[in-house]
Amino acid sequence: MTEITSILFAGVGGQGIVLTSKILSSALIQAGYDVKMSEVHGMAQRGGSVTTQVRFGEKVFSPIIGKGEADILVAFEKIEAMRYVDYLKLKGKLIANDFKIPSAPIFSAKVKYPRGIFADLEGKVYTKRVHAAEAAKELGNMKVQNIIILGVLAKVLGLNNLDWKASIKKEVKPEFFDLNLKAFEAGYYM
Amino acid sequence: MKELLSGNEAAARGAFEAGVLVASAYPGTPSTEILENLASYKDVYSEWAPNEKVAVEVVVGASIAGARSIAAMKHVGLNVAADPMFTFSYLGVNGGCVIVTADDPGMHSSQNEQDNRYYARHSKLPLIEPSDSQETKDFMIKSFEISEKFDVPVLFRMTTRLCHSKSIVELGERKEVGVKPYARNIPKFVATPAACRVHHAELEEKLKKLEEYAQTCDLNTTILNNSDIGVITSGISFQYAREVFGDKVSYLKLGFTFPLPKKLISDFCSKFKTIYVIEELEPYLETEIKAMGINVTGKEKIPLTGELSPQIIRKAILNEEPQYNKPTPERVVARPPILCAGCPHRGIFFELSKRKDTVITGDIGCYTLGSADPLNAMDTVICMGAGISAAHGFAKAFAKTDRKTKIFGVVGDSTFFHSGITSLIDIVYNKSNVTVIILDNRITGMTGHQENPGTGYTLMGDKTDIIDIEQIVKAIGVKHVSVINPNQLKQVREVLNEYSALEEPSVIIAKYPCALKKLRLEEKQSFNIKPSKYVVDPSKCKKCRMCLKIGCPAISFNEETGSFIDENQCIGCSVCSQVCSFGAITKVGE
Repeated sequence: MTEITSILFAGVGGQGIVLTSKILSSALIQAGYDVKMSEVHGMAQRGGSVTTQVRFGEKVFSPIIGKGEADILVAFEKIEAMRYVDYLKLKGKLIANDFKIPSAPIFSAKVKYPRGIFADLEGKVYTKRVHAAEAAKELGNMKVQNIIILGVLAKVLGLNNLDWKASIKKEVKPEFFDLNLKAFEAGYYM
Repeated sequence: MKELLSGNEAAARGAFEAGVLVASAYPGTPSTEILENLASYKDVYSEWAPNEKVAVEVVVGASIAGARSIAAMKHVGLNVAADPMFTFSYLGVNGGCVIVTADDPGMHSSQNEQDNRYYARHSKLPLIEPSDSQETKDFMIKSFEISEKFDVPVLFRMTTRLCHSKSIVELGERKEVGVKPYARNIPKFVATPAACRVHHAELEEKLKKLEEYAQTCDLNTTILNNSDIGVITSGISFQYAREVFGDKVSYLKLGFTFPLPKKLISDFCSKFKTIYVIEELEPYLETEIKAMGINVTGKEKIPLTGELSPQIIRKAILNEEPQYNKPTPERVVARPPILCAGCPHRGIFFELSKRKDTVITGDIGCYTLGSADPLNAMDTVICMGAGISAAHGFAKAFAKTDRKTKIFGVVGDSTFFHSGITSLIDIVYNKSNVTVIILDNRITGMTGHQENPGTGYTLMGDKTDIIDIEQIVKAIGVKHVSVINPNQLKQVREVLNEYSALEEPSVIIAKYPCALKKLRLEEKQSFNIKPSKYVVDPSKCKKCRMCLKIGCPAISFNEETGSFIDENQCIGCSVCSQVCSFGAITKVGE
């Protein structure tokens, strides 16, 4: 069988992981890869933990990624990075946003937001820590964290044949293109 | 041209290319985007029906009138629509007709994981199961051809992973087929007992011809490799099996799964020592194949419950498990779905949660989350409409005891139109002392904001008359009806108290737009909605945690500094400020 690359995106409903996966998928298709992308709708989106999955290669069959099967895990939030770390291959790479979003048990003060997540993750897998929130603040819009993270992913993927700029242009509204391109570059050169 | 399409987008594209003229559906995950996408093709008339039964009846009518037509729904929606489907199969079509069932193995967003392939067998409809987006489009076009060629409606079965996975699709042109001639044909289309005795026999003959067709049609494919093992599979399970076994086994990939091509199956099985049947959920294929006297392995290895995956198949058949790093349990905190910040359902459920000796029968929608911690304000959730009818049942059962428990039935606006009206009629007609709360958030929320009969707009974006819930309720004969703002807790409390003291049915309409809804100007004006934020004054916060009891995701708590409101999430519903006894939460700028 041919080589397939599997990328799992994990975050919280509203963080823009679907758009991020779309831009990636669009760039991959333009470059001639077979691509499958899977997402979740409905109940899970109401503040719940959300994943999307992108698999690409010469010919892809299953759209879904199981435990120990992802080459790259892109986590938009720290707890989500830990929750899905088991989906990474032993030699897989984690790109994790250093960002906290409390979940129901935390904001209702039943448990505290866990400490030491990054040190723990770094002991388990190769971890690329991303400070997307700070970079987004500098760009003046907290919502572009997702595209900053995409920039980091583009660097880690290292595929020179992808036209990221064209894909961003295709998937985002024209009035947000410049901002998103800056966000992408901020991530890429981070 | 090639595009990355989800299964739902591909289903819509296929129907469009097949020349469909009429489409009707009720939204439901994972099927919703089929009609949303069809509505973008202006050559097709697309609508949201109040429920799935109506949707199927609409497309039955359109088909008999001569138009190619399609209805789409989630698996449980087909339960609602089963009645017309079972008889339409007897009558046959004029214009081709396809009914899409989108099943939800794993229950990503559903209350059960029924396997609707059995509906094909039960209602005697040909069953088509694609395995990716390209097939979804191609098989959809084929389904219309089959429908017209064999004079039957077709059941088209998709699953969540197919509906919501994107893969590459080659787009084609629309083929205009127009509306076929229609003339009154009483023996064919009037389902009298005498006519249907004839139709049933005819249908059995059609099924024999369909089975012959299934033997050779290109919806069923055989992939032969040099192997001792044969795999029989259908739908998305094929992709999983192919991922796991690659070229090491041979495949009989079935895309036409009722009537099953028995000869094709037995020919395939005769070539192999070992046959695995790999299918998600029920042993639909396995039971049929075993009944043919063929020894196959299926559900004794492949799980009967939940969604399938390559990993599950690999473990079940090859006993292979991948290696991975486990998460550290104490650093993983659950993240269940919850009512959004500013959700207008919160005020109602908060006030209900404080009441002693109540039963609250809930329903299907975002407001099912009223059952979640910390509100926990729900006793039952079953299906669309049961929020009202089950309340009536509770009342009649408790009437046989000494219990004085107050019973509330809770239902959403779209759900009320879907199945709540007849239930409310039962309450009035058969006199039960129930208070029904209709959570009218001016949109169909959970499925991602679809218009409904109460919103004043259609699926295709046209303005239409608003069906007024209050007038319906009054016309049914409910004497005690209040329309309230659910964000005003005092108002909520007072009406709950007043109606709890009654001996007659009553209805509360909690009317306020969904926090996520893109509001039209007229809505902003009529509800007087202005953007605002609330903030906690740390010097006044007594750390009593009262504001945490409303379960708002914008509010967090810290032992040192007390409560804190995330300004990015707060939309100014003010519910938290109303529960704070110390005046610590105030509107920014006031």
